[in-house]
Amino acid sequence: MAEQVVERPAAPVSPGERGRLWRRFRRRPMPMTGLVLVVAFLVLALAGPMLTRDPSAQDYNAIMMPSSGAHPLGTDDLGRDALARIASGARISLQAGLLSTLLALTVGIPIGLVAGFYRRWLDPVVMRLVDVVLAFPFLVFAVGLAAILGPSLRGVVLALSFIQLPQVIRITRGEVLAAREMDYVAAAIADGSTDGHILARYILPNCAGPLIVQATVAIPIAIIGEATLSFLGLGVQPPTPSWGVMLTTAQQYLDQAPWLAIWPGVMIALATLGFNLLGDGLRDVLDPRSGT
Amino acid sequence: MIWFILRRAGAASIVLFLASVMIFLGIRALPGDPAVAMAGEEATPEAVAAIRAQYGLDQPLPVQYADYVTQTLTGNLGRSTQDKLPVADILAQRLPVTLELAAIAIVIAVTIGLLAGIVAAVQSGRFFDYVANAIGLVGLSVPHFWLGLLAILLFSVTLRWLPASGYVPFSEDPAGNLQRMLLPAVVLGTGFAAALMRQTRSAMLGALTADYVRTARSKGLSERKVVAVHALRNSLTTVVTVLGLQLGVLISGAVVTEQIFVIPGFGKLTVDAVLTRNYPVIQAVVLVVVVGYVLINLLVDIAYAALNPRIRFGGGADG
Repeated sequence: MAEQVVERPAAPVSPGERGRLWRRFRRRPMPMTGLVLVVAFLVLALAGPMLTRDPSAQDYNAIMMPSSGAHPLGTDDLGRDALARIASGARISLQAGLLSTLLALTVGIPIGLVAGFYRRWLDPVVMRLVDVVLAFPFLVFAVGLAAILGPSLRGVVLALSFIQLPQVIRITRGEVLAAREMDYVAAAIADGSTDGHILARYILPNCAGPLIVQATVAIPIAIIGEATLSFLGLGVQPPTPSWGVMLTTAQQYLDQAPWLAIWPGVMIALATLGFNLLGDGLRDVLDPRSGT
Repeated sequence: MIWFILRRAGAASIVLFLASVMIFLGIRALPGDPAVAMAGEEATPEAVAAIRAQYGLDQPLPVQYADYVTQTLTGNLGRSTQDKLPVADILAQRLPVTLELAAIAIVIAVTIGLLAGIVAAVQSGRFFDYVANAIGLVGLSVPHFWLGLLAILLFSVTLRWLPASGYVPFSEDPAGNLQRMLLPAVVLGTGFAAALMRQTRSAMLGALTADYVRTARSKGLSERKVVAVHALRNSLTTVVTVLGLQLGVLISGAVVTEQIFVIPGFGKLTVDAVLTRNYPVIQAVVLVVVVGYVLINLLVDIAYAALNPRIRFGGGADG
């Protein structure tokens, strides 16, 4: 019964509020551009490979041909269709971006919740470990992990998610610390709610906004990270068509087939730009406290 | 200030200690026998046994760690499995190359980033502001390695102004060295310049509307003088801030840039070591990067506190 009395709207965004936020978001050109780019990227990654040719099919009569009717973006050194490889590469990028971010959220949120809620000895230990991971520059850490895990998409995803962990833990913990001081949490504690209930019902929803913003920051970093590792030969291996792998090939034929170097890079830049613009817009709407 | 430095240095040494443990354990987390991994696939059983004895791999872990720290502190980083050279010698040879590249990149980036940021703020809302903002946003979104390829495509393949790759030591041919370093340094500095431009712009916009700048204007100072004397003073803090934020990007960028332009620096050493599973080199490279990163961040923190007393006395510098 008492449960009813202290029941508060836990989600910081109610449906009416959501409509207002959406209108605020929609009015601004930059975040909308970002949204369009991100949706286009998703469509390319999900539907593209079904609509294009086989990305591994080799046409020996069309080796390194520039753009034509049959091959809109030309062909590579093995006569493979560049457009088909771009579409399949989008799928790899999406996997690297989404899976690593989801994995980091899945592992990081519980750690942040527990560290921030129970404090005691756990909190300083977790935060020191976070500092250690942050002490490794991102790519060097990924390179080191790739050395241990072996070059593959799985290794890339694990490395990229590990790199995101500190931020996820930090943000969650910070929000927990702030929420702990709220009256409705104090009321729930006084009310005898279980810790699990308090965390899930009252504290976790407060973390949603900043974590969504963090995800839009992390996904483009992961996309660039995958492309970079694969470009260096430490990530996805040929013949799998990752955008980074395509650029490695392109570098060998810069003077004969410059178009091979253009499109994968344009795609990486557009996908990254899309998530960055979307993230900026979401931050203004969902997390107005953080800086511009 | 002394207390601030001591506190920060204390935190940094804890981080370094834990990082060294992680690097130490990392090489032992490798699948298979680390002695075999370090000796290389084709090593004879005697060589593996020698490695095992040399690294004390038959000892308990804490003993091994103490040994590792002692060896490292005395400059013994083991030998490369590829050419059997001492890793410390290889580092001494490669590190200066990367430091030169990074220094040129920072000089170029600070010059361009600061100027563009100031002009964008003064011209706020006008054409230059929009162009600078758009370029800045693109600069942040484009990965280094693609920018490098485009730069080679434009300046080397199409225009034939600069060599596409290669390296000559500064001591042998200063002009040739700078000529070959220019393109990679510009590529490496792009993200830094873009971030600096955006930060400078917003810091300047804040300063230009601040009370003390209004006072300066009302005293009859020329706009040029207001910008140069009063508003610019804060941009030094901005440079330090951005340097701290972009340091990781700069290091990562060096790895990629050296790979593209075939510069025999620290970054190329890193990638080559991973590709050839040269574990002693990987271990040393990661350690050097982490130590450098933590130390530079410490210096950035101290410089920041020196420039901005609120940090020093606020105590709430963590965040």
